[in-house]
Amino acid sequence: MGPLIPNGIIGEGWDFVIAILLGIAFGFILEASGFSSSRNLAGVFYGYNFVVLRVFFTALIVAMVGLMYFDYVGWLDLSQIFILPTYLTPMIVGGVIMGFGFVIGGYCPGTSFTGIAIGKLDAIFFTVGLFVGIFLFSLTYPLFEGFFDSGYLGNVTLTELTGIPAPWFAFAFTFVALAAFWGTMLIEKRVRKNMKQYKF
Amino acid sequence: MSSEKTTIQQPKYINPYLGGVLLGLLILVTVFITGRGLGASGAVKSAVVTTANTVAPNATEANAYMKQFVSDDHSPMYTWLVFESLGILLGGIFSGIVFGRMKKIRTDHGPRITSRKRLLLAVIGGALFGIGSQFGRGCTSGAALSGSATFALGGVIVMFAIFGTGYAVAYFFRKLWI
Repeated sequence: MGPLIPNGIIGEGWDFVIAILLGIAFGFILEASGFSSSRNLAGVFYGYNFVVLRVFFTALIVAMVGLMYFDYVGWLDLSQIFILPTYLTPMIVGGVIMGFGFVIGGYCPGTSFTGIAIGKLDAIFFTVGLFVGIFLFSLTYPLFEGFFDSGYLGNVTLTELTGIPAPWFAFAFTFVALAAFWGTMLIEKRVRKNMKQYKF
Repeated sequence: MSSEKTTIQQPKYINPYLGGVLLGLLILVTVFITGRGLGASGAVKSAVVTTANTVAPNATEANAYMKQFVSDDHSPMYTWLVFESLGILLGGIFSGIVFGRMKKIRTDHGPRITSRKRLLLAVIGGALFGIGSQFGRGCTSGAALSGSATFALGGVIVMFAIFGTGYAVAYFFRKLWI
């Protein structure tokens, strides 16, 4: 049955209407969870607000387990869904650069859009930065074109790489998530008690 | 810094675990309908290519990276992620209205830095995120979250690299936030 659009169950013409609707839900959830504030987001790195970890990990395990159930009951053919390709070293380097960007800039791209939505000037500046960064990347692309395409492993999943069935990974992620929820709750309580000022 | 504790009352946010469940279900629905997950940085890339192609079409066509996203039959803005990101903005506005956070333009910053410095750092951080998301084939939404949720090796790598680096370097940037 699913995915619905690639299988022609929903017409291609609805693609962009659905994109806007899914985006609205995405933006609403991010903003309502407090992701429109860079101070809330940065809190995950300093222990005073773990909202990022809670939302992110919960979403991850719900989606992982949900996808497996959808596959199991035959609603969704997992072999038809898009698997992000892996470029080993470039993706590690990219993630490291994004890690710096997160701590220095206080947002990530999606959350900065919701910051803009409610009038955060720092979110606007962050998005301007995104624009500048991608432009600079494009200009200098010929310098590292070889590196950019290096380490290609194809559209590989954890299961294909290791031979371990997907439910085991879902279980492991769930276990780690629950442990992290509990541990960070204790850390957050302690850090907040010692904080002088915290403005949301 | 004042010695007395000033905690401004927490705004009305939904429970983070509820937010997470809703976001997880949203990813599930998105994959079920479209066959792929959510994203964000791709929309900015489309905006960059569109701007470049409008200002300097020849140079854009000559650029090995940007030319991949230029097509003769439609604008680079006519992509799924641009419409979805427009939705993110609308959804953010909607939530801001519902929870009373639509206010005049303001800047969030840590207690030890000025607004001006915060804005400068926001641009630098944004630029780094922009560069990193190209190497990472996506950002926190497209690669780390949607990628990991579909068990893609690349998604898990990006997720650990972003958050691992964040924790590793947070100490050096603590003055910005605490």
